[in-house]
Amino acid sequence: MADMSRDLQQQVQKAYATGTPLKIGAGHSKPWYGRDIEGEYCSVSEHCGVLAYRPAELTLTVRAGTPLQEVHDELAVHGQCLAFEPPMFSENSTIGGTVACGFSGSSRAFSGACRDYVLGCRILNGRGDMLRFGGEVMKNVAGFDVSRLMVGSLGTLGLLLDVSFKIMPKAQHQKSFFLEGSLKDAVALMSDWKTSHMPLTALAADSLGVYLRLSGSMSELNDWQHTLNATLLQEADVFWQNISEHRLSFFDDSRHLWRLSLPPSTPHFTIKYSRDEDWLWDWGGAQRWLLSDVKAEHVFHAAQVAGGHATLFRAGTTPLGRYDEVFSPLPTSLMQVHQRLKKSFDPKYILNRGRMYANL
Amino acid sequence: MDELKRQKLLADFAHILPCACILSQKEDLMPYECDGLSVYRGLPLAVVIPEDIQQIQLILRLCDERQVAVIARGAGTGLAGGAMPTKGAVVLSLAKLNQILRIDSNQMTATVQPGVRNLAISQAVAHLGLYYAPDPSSQIACTIGGNVAENSGGVHCLKYGLTVHNVLAVKILTIEGELIALGSEALDQSGYDLLALMHGSEGLLGIVVEVTVKLLHQPESVQVMLASFDDVERAGQAVADIIAAGVVPAGLEMMDKLAIEAAEAFAHVGYPLNAEAILLCEVDGSQQAVQQQLHDVDVILQQAGATDVRISQTAEQRMQFWAGRKAAFPAVGRLAPDYYCMDGTIPRSSLSHVLKQISLWSEEYQLSVANVFHAGDGNMHPLILYDANQKGELEKTEAFGAKILRLCVEVGGTITGEHGVGVEKLDSMCVQFGTAELQQFLSIKQAFDAQGLLNPGKAIPSLHRCAELGRMHVHNGVLPHPELERF
Repeated sequence: MADMSRDLQQQVQKAYATGTPLKIGAGHSKPWYGRDIEGEYCSVSEHCGVLAYRPAELTLTVRAGTPLQEVHDELAVHGQCLAFEPPMFSENSTIGGTVACGFSGSSRAFSGACRDYVLGCRILNGRGDMLRFGGEVMKNVAGFDVSRLMVGSLGTLGLLLDVSFKIMPKAQHQKSFFLEGSLKDAVALMSDWKTSHMPLTALAADSLGVYLRLSGSMSELNDWQHTLNATLLQEADVFWQNISEHRLSFFDDSRHLWRLSLPPSTPHFTIKYSRDEDWLWDWGGAQRWLLSDVKAEHVFHAAQVAGGHATLFRAGTTPLGRYDEVFSPLPTSLMQVHQRLKKSFDPKYILNRGRMYANL
Repeated sequence: MDELKRQKLLADFAHILPCACILSQKEDLMPYECDGLSVYRGLPLAVVIPEDIQQIQLILRLCDERQVAVIARGAGTGLAGGAMPTKGAVVLSLAKLNQILRIDSNQMTATVQPGVRNLAISQAVAHLGLYYAPDPSSQIACTIGGNVAENSGGVHCLKYGLTVHNVLAVKILTIEGELIALGSEALDQSGYDLLALMHGSEGLLGIVVEVTVKLLHQPESVQVMLASFDDVERAGQAVADIIAAGVVPAGLEMMDKLAIEAAEAFAHVGYPLNAEAILLCEVDGSQQAVQQQLHDVDVILQQAGATDVRISQTAEQRMQFWAGRKAAFPAVGRLAPDYYCMDGTIPRSSLSHVLKQISLWSEEYQLSVANVFHAGDGNMHPLILYDANQKGELEKTEAFGAKILRLCVEVGGTITGEHGVGVEKLDSMCVQFGTAELQQFLSIKQAFDAQGLLNPGKAIPSLHRCAELGRMHVHNGVLPHPELERF
């Protein structure tokens, strides 16, 4: 529960003066995400604590090093939650790391992403300037939207100090179901459901069938249960958490874990002889996990052809070869904008240099 | 720019565009001298109205080469002077890019050109049972390109979000004429979230030339409650109680006595003239969910001291309840020759404090204020009534407005919730942000537009402007931006 912002500022200012690259971290819960980098370690973990929680305002401001679990617990007391259901890959996961990675859970396709709930932030840029953007109100168009820009930027633009969120009431009741089927048929089935008035809040699929979660009043859920004629999923909360946090047996594999982010109604396809068992869909088909050891180019290419992008989310035990980018390559003109933007925040390229792309 | 250079530029435009798409005579330029905020005006050097992306590319390349400023313009409904021409600038009207390119009912998306009107999207997909959620009050006229530039809101933001939450992808042209795609029909993108950055950037970073929006199902059931209060504070408390109870209404609006009287006299919708404040609370969803929420909200309103609660029984009645609110601005416009619309957003808990202070200042400045606001998300629209023909009254109004915005910042809010900064709130930006933040904004601007040609002089004040202003507003003996030279 300490304010370490001055210490962190000094560390960044010193690194700026000497041009020393910094490797920012907090809970060590996602060291496998992004590219491997070197740098002087800059730990945000002690900069933690809830700064302001106003349940009636639906707002929460926390220091970046605050454990995600602590945030969940605090909100649950008032029947509220982070509606983007951020996954905790370890009990040490922090709110700052979650925002820096831009992770959202199974509700993403229906309730919005991490970036949709960020209202404001305080950061240190690469010069060590302490900057505050956005605020704690729902609507704010004063200045450029730097707060959302921080989400998913992997600490390459700024070191997150505090983040303000819009929070939401927890769903009254939920029921989850399973319906047997193949991935080939899943797109049509999911599309039918999405175009109905079904109160969907999660929708996943694997080679065995489709999994869905509905939220609403009990009578409404009972009616849908009757209409669907599907198997009720027991311990559904654990199931959805296990999908988001990669604890299903599917993820217990030594191959590379790829994340493909695609237009949700993209038909099922294969990449270099992948089998149905190698795929797990979430977000109503918009986020597809693939276990595969094929060359990165093949996955990037397939995702691009389908209108999306791919990420080598977690490397397996096989060496990747010469191709070391983990995010889909950007077109040249877009990369140039990225580089200029990076430079505007971090002129000496000291913040998590190379974590996202080699030249950022 | 001297006349010779201007003639050369016009001649070069004529190689790019049909002559009918270039306006250069004073009488043709006059309609473009302001946007929805008509107190600030300026004549552009020329207005170009391209018909396709290639023409825009060539226009931008030419302007980049000649160092001519470019101001993008949609329908010109903005309320902050964001599309007001500055000296020597060319206005780039996107009015002719008004086609809906694709509607995909499976993906529930529509891809449209920037000049398509907000409401036209919902109308085009209504037969599919779909709609586009953000509904700024100008939705009948405002364009989607302008909505992206301003990150427009509307009455349904609390539940359905702002423009940034409802746009999946945009294509932009940089000042160099480079076409860049941001976002896709997937739910995120690799690299930085430049899609978010473009929203609300007020035409300073790029020209939006295509937008893919997310469509939603029309809700199965929608009903509105109209609650009367004999005290503004109680109405404000009711808003907080509804939110705290875990209800997220589709819309939650509040009007004060002057606004109620004006709206009723204008729209004749049966608003209670004896009330000090009314709340309009819309709930939507399945039949069952709506009935449950109506019941829950009714209990809360009664407990909060509502003197009367009416629930719309038919679609017509619902429209009627809304008609008064939607006509509030023109209705208030009948009370005085001019009105000045503010857009501060505050934490809901500060509502009664801010309203009381506004009422005190209203007496001090001898200017009436009607309050209309998106109570659910704390976005206030105090309308200051004045007469621009009375000497000094505009300046007095501006000073009053600036005080309100300063107060919004002091209680933890912001100077603009959905209208943008434009030219209007440049000075208030110096109140909201310190030098380091403003410097970062200017660096971002430079990363996209090194020569500063896209909508210059808007949205982000120069550091010197803030320093000059600081000389006027020494607060508690502390000079803002002390590190800057003053001359």
